[in-house]
Amino acid sequence: MANTFYNEILTDHNIHPTHKYKLEDATFSLEGVNPSCGDDVVLYIKVNDENTIEEASFFGDGCAISQASADMMCDLIIGKSKEEALRLSDIFLRMIKDTITPEEKEELEEAGILEDIHHMPARVKCAVLGWHTMDQIFKDADEGKIDKYDGKFEQ
Amino acid sequence: MSEITKEIRQAEDERIRKDFPILDGSFTYLDNGATTQKPECVLEAVDNYYRTMNANPMRGLYKLSLDATEAYEEARETVRSFINADSTEEVIFTRNATESLNLVAYTYGRAFINEGDEVVITIMEHHSNMIPWQQLCKEKGAKLTYIIPDEDGTITEEKFRSYMNPHVKLVSMTHISNVLGVKNDVKTFARIAHENGAVFSLDGAQSIPHTKVDVQDLDVDFLSFSGHKIYAPMGIGVLYGKKALLEKMPPFLFGGEMIEYVTTEGATWNELPHKFEAGTVNDGGAVGLSAALKYVSSIGFDRIEERELHLTKLMMEEMKKLPYIHILGKEAPEDHHGIVTFTIDGVHPHDIAAIFDEHNVDIRAGHHCAQPLMKFCHTPSTVRASIGLYNTEEDVYKFLDALKKIRSEMGYQD
Repeated sequence: MANTFYNEILTDHNIHPTHKYKLEDATFSLEGVNPSCGDDVVLYIKVNDENTIEEASFFGDGCAISQASADMMCDLIIGKSKEEALRLSDIFLRMIKDTITPEEKEELEEAGILEDIHHMPARVKCAVLGWHTMDQIFKDADEGKIDKYDGKFEQ
Repeated sequence: MSEITKEIRQAEDERIRKDFPILDGSFTYLDNGATTQKPECVLEAVDNYYRTMNANPMRGLYKLSLDATEAYEEARETVRSFINADSTEEVIFTRNATESLNLVAYTYGRAFINEGDEVVITIMEHHSNMIPWQQLCKEKGAKLTYIIPDEDGTITEEKFRSYMNPHVKLVSMTHISNVLGVKNDVKTFARIAHENGAVFSLDGAQSIPHTKVDVQDLDVDFLSFSGHKIYAPMGIGVLYGKKALLEKMPPFLFGGEMIEYVTTEGATWNELPHKFEAGTVNDGGAVGLSAALKYVSSIGFDRIEERELHLTKLMMEEMKKLPYIHILGKEAPEDHHGIVTFTIDGVHPHDIAAIFDEHNVDIRAGHHCAQPLMKFCHTPSTVRASIGLYNTEEDVYKFLDALKKIRSEMGYQD
């Protein structure tokens, strides 16, 4: 059998995602789209008064990589501050596009399994869609563009 | 035709495979709808052109340039004969089918389609036979109408007729759909279009490698196709047009060789077909195309159609046994012309293609440059396996083996 990139962690997050649902009382939501391949993920984030991400979820269609990556990201950022979530996103994006240290990879928990995307240029956009969408949410919030944001963004 | 035994088939497979140096057995190529591999004779012809006769054709008065010109015009004659055009004046070399279709839209369309006129295409067109007409109709204030086929892709004569009216001035449609594989009855449709006073442009990009296309028998006014889909190099394509139409059309691009006489005030246009071939041409590509068409003719469409249908049947019969697979288009393999487009329940097409790649099987995933058709089929994207003349039963079995593993590799327990 061929050596498959689609390991159990990835396929499990794709078929049985924990965080794939519409979050009605989200503080922010934003739709991220890959126009070239049709991946489409709406990301919902609920931030409480202590600046902690209390709940994060996503909804949409796309390949297993885009869906599993978004689910793993939600796992990772729940309970973290906005700054911490952005720091982890920075590590993730560096992992996909460049290299990171083993310690940094450890911090990404299960999302670290997507490291091999580094060698799959055609799938980079799928893997980073959820993460870019989160970055964009916080960037727009910082710039005061949004209070309760509901928009669409193409990466 | 006498019966094709297993032995005859295997011997033929072996003979054909030897002609394609890239097919070394390390991968299974089933993306022929996107582009095809090149036989040794095509590679040699291109190589020989650049090694022994390269000069700017139609320019120089020395032997080498005359050789280059002769090679180019010989290639034109090969194309003429292949599509049974009346004259080489009707054969224009372009870059590809996209450029040919744009040429028709930009020149014939701009000159002869006016406000209030109607252009008819179908929902199954490739973007290259859709967007040029969208742009033209926007520019001219003309109406663009899409023929909507039955769910399986059939356009009946009655349906086609129902789209005709006195405003329709041009019909442009695909011969074989690059997604559904269905072949349109273009001979009948061209006749009806003509009775209605419209010209008929045929997109032959997907049909030319699979079936005989005779422009006089079909009586189409224009035919566009790409060389690279019929075993020729990329960057060479053909536009056939009836002489009477080409003569009254303005040029497409302006520059060298397309002019007859130039002054600082203006220019007069060269005769056909040079009027539509501005600038230095792709002589090496034309020579490669000529070699490819001769190669295809040497095998013959009887054998090509039989080989491709045999494999399409084998592929579809096995696929139909898997309940989670859904094939687009018609039921019968005869209506697919080597194109099998499908979806798998629960697995995204890009993941399907990635897993096929892990098994060294090359197929296409995505919208196949036919987004409106995808919408009509209620799916954002699909996977397509497309067969060429060199594919074998072994290729199909490798494809099927990989196909059967996809759901389990994606974590499903069937």
